[in-house]
Amino acid sequence: MTANTAVNEMDNEWLEVGRLEDIPRLGSRLVRTSKGDVAVFRTAGDEVFALNDRCPHKGGPLSQGIVFDHKVACPLHNWCIELQTGCAIAPDEGYTGTYPVNVENGVVFLKLED
Amino acid sequence: MSDKEKLVLIGNGMAGVRTLEELLAVTSDKYEITVFGAEPYGNYNRILLSPVLAGEKTVDDIMLNSVQWYADNNITLHTGKKVVEVNRARREVIAEDGTTERYDRLLLATGSNPFIIPVPGSKLPGVVSFRDIYDVNAMLEASRTRKKAVVIGGGLLGLEAANGLLKQGMEVTVVHLLDTLMERQLDKPAAALLKISLEQRGLKFSMEAQTDSILGEERVRGVRFKDGSEVEADLVVMAVGIRPNIELAKKIGLHCERGIMVNDTMQTFDPRVYAVGECVQHRGDTYGLVAPLFEQAKVCANHLAGYGFALYKGSVTSTKLKVTGIDLFSAGEFLGGEGYEDIVYKDPGHGVYKKLVLKDNQIRGAVMYGETVDSSWYFQLLRDGTDVSELRDSLLFGQHHLGDSGHGGQNVAAKMADDAEVCGCNGVVKGNIVQAITSKGLFTLEEVRAHTKASASCGSCTGLVEQIIAATLGGDYSAAPKEKPLCACTEHTHDDVRKTIRGQHLTSIRAVMDFMEWRSTDGCHKCRPALNYYLISTWPDEVQDDYQSRFINERVHANIQKDGTYSVIPRMWGGLTTPDELRAIANVADKFKIPTVKVTGGQRIDLLGVKKDDLPKVWADLNAAGMVSGHAYGKSLRTVKTCVGSEWCRFGTQDSTGLGVKIEKMTWGSWTPHKFKVAVSGCPRNCAEATIKDFGVVCVDSGYELHVGGNGGVKVRATDLLCKVETEEEAMEYCAAFMQIYREEAHYLERTAPWIERVGLSYVKSRVVDDELGRKALQQRFLDSQQHAQVDPWAERAEKHVDAHEFVPIKQVG
Ligand code: SRM
Ligand SMILES: Cc1cc2nc3c(=O)[nH]c(=O)nc-3n(C[C@H](O)[C@H](O)[C@H](O)COP(=O)(O)OP(=O)(O)OC[C@H]3O[C@@H](n4cnc5c(N)ncnc54)[C@H](O)[C@@H]3O)c2cc1C
Ligand code: SF4
Ligand code: FES
Repeated sequence: MTANTAVNEMDNEWLEVGRLEDIPRLGSRLVRTSKGDVAVFRTAGDEVFALNDRCPHKGGPLSQGIVFDHKVACPLHNWCIELQTGCAIAPDEGYTGTYPVNVENGVVFLKLED
Repeated sequence: MSDKEKLVLIGNGMAGVRTLEELLAVTSDKYEITVFGAEPYGNYNRILLSPVLAGEKTVDDIMLNSVQWYADNNITLHTGKKVVEVNRARREVIAEDGTTERYDRLLLATGSNPFIIPVPGSKLPGVVSFRDIYDVNAMLEASRTRKKAVVIGGGLLGLEAANGLLKQGMEVTVVHLLDTLMERQLDKPAAALLKISLEQRGLKFSMEAQTDSILGEERVRGVRFKDGSEVEADLVVMAVGIRPNIELAKKIGLHCERGIMVNDTMQTFDPRVYAVGECVQHRGDTYGLVAPLFEQAKVCANHLAGYGFALYKGSVTSTKLKVTGIDLFSAGEFLGGEGYEDIVYKDPGHGVYKKLVLKDNQIRGAVMYGETVDSSWYFQLLRDGTDVSELRDSLLFGQHHLGDSGHGGQNVAAKMADDAEVCGCNGVVKGNIVQAITSKGLFTLEEVRAHTKASASCGSCTGLVEQIIAATLGGDYSAAPKEKPLCACTEHTHDDVRKTIRGQHLTSIRAVMDFMEWRSTDGCHKCRPALNYYLISTWPDEVQDDYQSRFINERVHANIQKDGTYSVIPRMWGGLTTPDELRAIANVADKFKIPTVKVTGGQRIDLLGVKKDDLPKVWADLNAAGMVSGHAYGKSLRTVKTCVGSEWCRFGTQDSTGLGVKIEKMTWGSWTPHKFKVAVSGCPRNCAEATIKDFGVVCVDSGYELHVGGNGGVKVRATDLLCKVETEEEAMEYCAAFMQIYREEAHYLERTAPWIERVGLSYVKSRVVDDELGRKALQQRFLDSQQHAQVDPWAERAEKHVDAHEFVPIKQVG
């Protein structure tokens, strides 16, 4: 099954967020939801990841951090969080929620529950 | 089988395994690794054999890499197997028991052998050296059943052995060939003090004594000297020195002199074979301390990993003696001589002696006895080649302005309770640090920072953390290499990067990373902001500022708060404001329901708790009232504090307020390596606190005193007087020139205070005061780059919608 049909079949679950180019490379944008803020990241290689916008350390807004490789450095105290897993990079320990994302024809989709 | 290359390490000791660790840290799947070690253990910390002998640690305490570590990292470990042959043509290593392994790359780290003086009786049972766990066990066993020990050799190792045996209850005599103990590390006065305190502990000495033979038939029973005298002994420890272990290397035809010859990449004459550790000879030197070996390990790993750019250029070493209760430090050319100057402090009554050896205004060597708290500071000054002429008067009193961080003239760390707080920023207590050092096998400040966060924030406790590391490791490891790389993504230093950007005319972060072979694809949160700054300050009219490489505050031109809201501080030129500005601020606070309005420590007003989405609207209103960004968030000009000055004040000598405003109009908007603060006081009463600013002006009747390098923050530093000028124009010219040289030459995140301490005030004077043409050129470059910088970032965002994406969510649902 191609990703495209996946989007169609799960129509009401995949949420259209915006265009890929609306997110800066090595940057992030915020999606405000009833369940809290979600940070959507774009890497140098145009991969897209979504994390709960709360750092596992003291809740810092990860969407405001510096993005590099597959990581983001939290703006408050510089913990580094992995974009794929939401895990803090050792020696720090902690985890923040991740969300599935999909990019179709330059449009970014997000699924809020997994 | 896998198609990985095969790497074989011969010598399972500190240097070899450290190389593997460095290699695994950068690439974990390039090699299939096999290790041969003649000793029957994993890798242990040889340094700590002394505390083991003294009964202060156990063998288990000193293991660095357990056998499990090798398994976890897919390394095949052959313990207890000495390698006896290497066939370089077939690239095969053969051990004593016949075990054979092929290699693509071979690493030799065979360490040293203790030197045994070839006198009659030197092979008798009861004669031991001091090199490995086997030797320590032999000594411990002897100490349980026998009484009298003789240690031959009054150097570092001999004294540590003697101290250990004394602690184990033996009667110990140290025999030394010369009249000075530790003559390779100490001058006579320090050695004399050391001898006295060792005698007070109960050691006996036989100085200027040459060993003739070791007496005994079945087992040792004494030592005879050349002058015919004898001393009884049930145990003799030979600690007269070490020789690089080059037996194998020589046998297989590698070029050796005293050690295995290597080049700056740690490669031997056979390009497939590398060597590190005590067995090598590099640029004529061999080393017997771990710090230089660890530097070698890092360079070697860099080449094994295929990066190929790190170079080992030799090391300056320092020594401490690991005898609990004796503080002793020595480094560099401590004996001095012709062309050198000594600064000496002596207080024999208190057992304190300090000597610094200077040449060309730089510290070249140091010996300290009895009080060594400042040794790491002196060592840093020595390795950096810092110009100490300005510090000279107080140099011997140490770095006392570190008062808050544990330097009170004694080693505070050792005496601290485990639950005492060390790092106030991250709430780390001493016990956490000690625990991390011992359980995780940490050696360096960087490692302790990563694991505990101590000293990772404001850094004021760095001195104390270094002391704790020293106390925990037994004072045995002296700091990292002099030239620190910019961050973990590269081997290159700040200075190398700056030079390359200018020399190669690089104009983008990508170009720098490609040209300088960055290890990571995108860099990280440490190097990217630094590179961005270096680029925009070097090529202000060419480089595109990379906002994704700026910290959030500089990206959105406000300060992020702990709850994710922002604070907004408009500029108030020289601290002046008007009723209209105040009304506009009040209106903005009402309109956007801003919870807190505060007067800052920098003479202006802070609106705290602004929602991010509101920022552009808040700025639009402030702009409408004529206000611009105060850059309270930037590595840039912050405030120009002023006092009332001659316009109103009965003491004012010049128009300090007016000059402050002029300076702020000239300098606002400039990006600097770290924040930059200015103040102008109207008279020496100095109400604007100009003497703790990066650039401070104190007006006097006859003109303007210019002060530089002050800091009122973590580590308070009063300014140095740069010079005195007569006119406002000159004050402005010097200010611009000083700011520009700081912009061009300081490291990113280095404020003027540490920068001046690093390069020396006389250097800054030579560029800014003595060299008029140079000063004018600096000023011109400053003014040129200001043309690109003085654009109000708030107006651009409020009116022209620059970076609009920063301020609104991409999507709002529910
Ligand atoms: C707002 C203010 C406190 C206040 O309410 O008065 C302030 C607030 C902060 N200071 Fe400060 N400093 C403020 C005046 C000072 C002063 C006093 C002064 O400038 O006269 C100092 C000591 C003087 C000096 O810098 O030499 C000061 C020394 C620091 C330091 C230590 C700097 C150092 O070199 O040791 C830091 C940490 C840093 O920059 O790395 C810091 C960092 C900070 C930060 C930016 C912390 C951060 O990284 O988020 C704070 C931001 C709070 C916020 O969101 O607004 N702040 N800070 C002051 C703003 C002045 C202004 O109008 O721009
Ligand atoms: C008691 C003592 C106290 C010390 N105190 C300090 C101190 O305070 N500060 C400091 O900086 N340094 C100190 N040192 C020195 C420091 O320990 C050494 O510089 C360091 O261990 C050398 O590391 P290396 O890897 O070169 O050699 P080693 O650690 O000796 O490792 C070499 C290993 O190779 C093995 N080997 C040799 N040949 C073969 C072969 N053919 N096949 C297989 N294996 C082989 C050896 O058995 C050995 O295990 C001290 C040393 C001693 C002995
Ligand atoms: S404003 Fe400055 S002193 Fe106050 S808590 Fe923040 S950084 Fe510390
Ligand atoms: S809140 Fe993210 S590092 Fe502290």
